[in-house]
Amino acid sequence: MRHILSLLLENEAGALSRVAGLFSARGFNIESLTVAPTEDPTISRMTLVTEGSDEIIEQITKHLNKLVDVIKVIDLSESRHIERELLLIKIATKDGMREEIKRLVDIFRGRIIDVSDSTYTVEMTGDGEKIDAFIATLDKKLILEVVRSGVSGISRGEKAI
Amino acid sequence: MGKNKETLRGAEIFVRALIDEGVKHLFGYPGGAVLHIYDELYKQEVLEHILVRHEQGATHAADGYARATGKPGVVLVTSGPGATNTITGIATAYMDSIPLVVFTGQVPTSMIGNDAFQEVDAIGITRPCVKHNFLVKDVRDLAPTIKKAFYVATSGRPGPVVVDIPKDVTADSCEYEYPKSVELRSYKPVIKGHPGQIKRAAGLILAARKPMIYTGGGVILSDASAELIEFTRYLGYPITNTLMGLGAYPGTDTQFIGMLGMHGTYEANMAMHHCDVLIAIGARFDDRVTGDLEKFCPYAKIVQIDIDPSSIAKNVPVDIPIVGDVKHVLKDLNTQLKEHKAKPDTEALKDWWSQIQEWQKVDCLKYDRKSKIIKPQYVIEKLYELTKGDAYVTSDVGQHQMWAAQFYKFDQPRRWINSGGLGTMGFGLPAAMGVKLAFPDSVVACVTGEASLVMCIQELSTCKQYGLPVKIINLNNRYMGMVRQWQEFFYAGRYSHSYMEALPDFVKLAESFGHVGMYIDKTADVEGALKDALAMKDKLVLMDFITDQTENVYPMIASGKGQHEMHLAPDRELA
Repeated sequence: MRHILSLLLENEAGALSRVAGLFSARGFNIESLTVAPTEDPTISRMTLVTEGSDEIIEQITKHLNKLVDVIKVIDLSESRHIERELLLIKIATKDGMREEIKRLVDIFRGRIIDVSDSTYTVEMTGDGEKIDAFIATLDKKLILEVVRSGVSGISRGEKAI
Repeated sequence: MGKNKETLRGAEIFVRALIDEGVKHLFGYPGGAVLHIYDELYKQEVLEHILVRHEQGATHAADGYARATGKPGVVLVTSGPGATNTITGIATAYMDSIPLVVFTGQVPTSMIGNDAFQEVDAIGITRPCVKHNFLVKDVRDLAPTIKKAFYVATSGRPGPVVVDIPKDVTADSCEYEYPKSVELRSYKPVIKGHPGQIKRAAGLILAARKPMIYTGGGVILSDASAELIEFTRYLGYPITNTLMGLGAYPGTDTQFIGMLGMHGTYEANMAMHHCDVLIAIGARFDDRVTGDLEKFCPYAKIVQIDIDPSSIAKNVPVDIPIVGDVKHVLKDLNTQLKEHKAKPDTEALKDWWSQIQEWQKVDCLKYDRKSKIIKPQYVIEKLYELTKGDAYVTSDVGQHQMWAAQFYKFDQPRRWINSGGLGTMGFGLPAAMGVKLAFPDSVVACVTGEASLVMCIQELSTCKQYGLPVKIINLNNRYMGMVRQWQEFFYAGRYSHSYMEALPDFVKLAESFGHVGMYIDKTADVEGALKDALAMKDKLVLMDFITDQTENVYPMIASGKGQHEMHLAPDRELA
């Protein structure tokens, strides 16, 4: 099953490679990983999407907690949560496709943030499925470049990490 | 700004911090990046620096020192090859959870990443085999980092910590103050066990009809022998120790039924297989212990006590997990057991013990005592008798290691020093050196084989320089014995590269380093040679025992087999 793990860790050189190294050394999967400092610049927040049986996820969580740089680990997928991903996509707009693509972007509540004679660059946020769906609606030949941030997540309601 | 604070250079801070940390011995090897530090070492007499002959030897010596004393072992090496040579020793300590603090020199901060002379990314290269590591970029961080390094290495589940110190940091100055304590928001090992879990465990343990106590290195690391003995004697249950756990419970006690695992005793493995409650204490269900996991302890409810949550239920599902320091948990558990209304089921235990005695009658460690060719087991038995079971015994890895574990009965913890997890050949001699340094008045024997011994043979020179008269028991069968054994069993006797065609004359070798060498090739001479060697208290003696080339380690669980499927010697198969 897919799990979204949220981590607080020391914002120190090497902390990221400790997490990444743990996954490769123990043969765990990483689907995506995002990391950036929090409001406290000494602490980073990481969202890590992984897949595995309950036993594997338990081991992953225990090993993450064991890393000296890791302050806290929670499994967001255990309770109500929100996940979002940022998409930046460059789309070719030749042959009178500009109107059609603009409409699609509006339907998916994306924004065109850069325009050239022959391209749109679109920004869009949403969960992974929505991003996948938007990309799937586009003619593959028109997609020039795709940049996805990987999932960030947060709990719903008053619960905080 | 305290008025007593002095301004010191980084190199002085390094030395002062180690002294303030209570370090007495430092194993190391100088080089360019650590010359400022070595200059400070020269000017003082509190820290004793042991100059090894190879950095791997430094880590193993510090490791042996740590295993025997319970104090962290400390290593100082230079950058680049100095650092890379420590890796095997660091990984050895990591696998067995041994507290080491390894200081590596580094090129100056301004040159890091420039492929400078003797530069290596020591932090990156050691990351997978350390508990934690630190790069010190500012001299003001040096003392606090050293404090943290010792704290992390020795607390919780212990392990090696690397501190990488660029050369300019040792030249810069700042005010020195060694922190009294350390607080890491991201590192808080659990010490006390959960009372509810301990209570549940007590109930299950007392309801057992065929109980088994299985304990590992965690009992030794946590100095919990006394608590374990109290626990085991109160219950009257059989107990087995892992290779790493030998000595935590007295090896000569009647409740002790031998080591378990691949080359453990028949009775210990059979009792594991048939038990109804398994109490695992500071043991990690290693593959060399469990055999085939599908067949492991099919009838047992399992209680597991471990300080590391990730060790619990890693390989085997556990019914009652207890996270905590073994010593604390056992103390609480002992109290719970005595207050519990239930008592151990003495009727059921009588049947269980008589079953175990049946298994013991198999006499699984039997070997040919009349052989004229020296049997390696005989040498260990004689060593045990002559040292009255009171020696520190280090070993390398292979057949000799298993024979030492099977035939030397350890009644005390921290006497059996071996590389259990990583299985590092070359560990024995430098480890013995570290032990002898800590306990100069005790007998320290290194049980080894001719293949392992030469892997760190250069340390004979260190032993000479510092007067470390260890006794080397070289069980010389001219083969990498364990490799040969597997090739005989599983590769139809194709002894691919396991035969040592060109061996040194070990007597002359010992003599060339300024030590005593002995050559023994008759069973009748074994006892006399050992006596002579032990009588030479201030001499390192290398005893080259020419042993039976065909001897194999039995009993054995072949890979893919369960604990109840042991092989005895070929002429005495059971099933």
